[in-house]
Amino acid sequence: MALEVGGKTIETDEEGYLENRDEWNMDIANAIAIAENLEMSDCHWEVVNFLREYYEEYQIAPAVRVLTKAIGKKLGKDKGNSKYLYELFPYGPAKQACKIAGLPKPTGCV
Amino acid sequence: MPETKKFLYVNRKAPYGTIYALEALEVVLIGAAFEQDVSLAFLDDGVYQITKGQDTKDVGMKNFSPTYKALGDYDVNKIYVEQESLDARGLTLDDLLPLTWEDEDDDWAKKDSIKVISAAEMAKIMEQSDVVFSF
Repeated sequence: MALEVGGKTIETDEEGYLENRDEWNMDIANAIAIAENLEMSDCHWEVVNFLREYYEEYQIAPAVRVLTKAIGKKLGKDKGNSKYLYELFPYGPAKQACKIAGLPKPTGCV
Repeated sequence: MPETKKFLYVNRKAPYGTIYALEALEVVLIGAAFEQDVSLAFLDDGVYQITKGQDTKDVGMKNFSPTYKALGDYDVNKIYVEQESLDARGLTLDDLLPLTWEDEDDDWAKKDSIKVISAAEMAKIMEQSDVVFSF
């Protein structure tokens, strides 16, 4: 599969995750979000940026349980719960937000 | 709620050159989602998996050692390292990654996950485990 962003072709795997993480930018993130029927708000970006930082530090995309706990610690309990995160990313905060963040599927997701 | 079992993942091989170390780490992270009682053991060349300052530029494999630092987030905080294996390789605790976990019940205090133990103590840990996976 592939995405067309700004006249460039961006390769993705069959589920829509970027083949090459280094190609990621905000325009690509927006294009993936649109394909997922999501409109990116500041709250969405907060989670996406958090995931990118987590990946940078640990070289993995965290499982949803770990993501929820870590968001709660960093951004407060009102955001570190699955209700809030699933409202932002209805198809699963870890899976969907990782895709938009240009990261691989979280370890432990099938 | 099914009974929790004690899982022990035993790592004996050097991190690169074979896929064992990376596969073991992935199994641990996936298994951690099932809320079992998980411990890790590092012995023989396996102790190299958690040494500091790994550089894989020339071997063409991803340096996945930063991922061990995420184990605490996954509630995996019992990491046993065999003293004899460290000694035989001229390593000490200072050569290992500072693996920690945050205790939610103690105001997120950072606590060490690594325990250096003797071969005899390691044997006991293995004996007390319900399931032992060897990589």
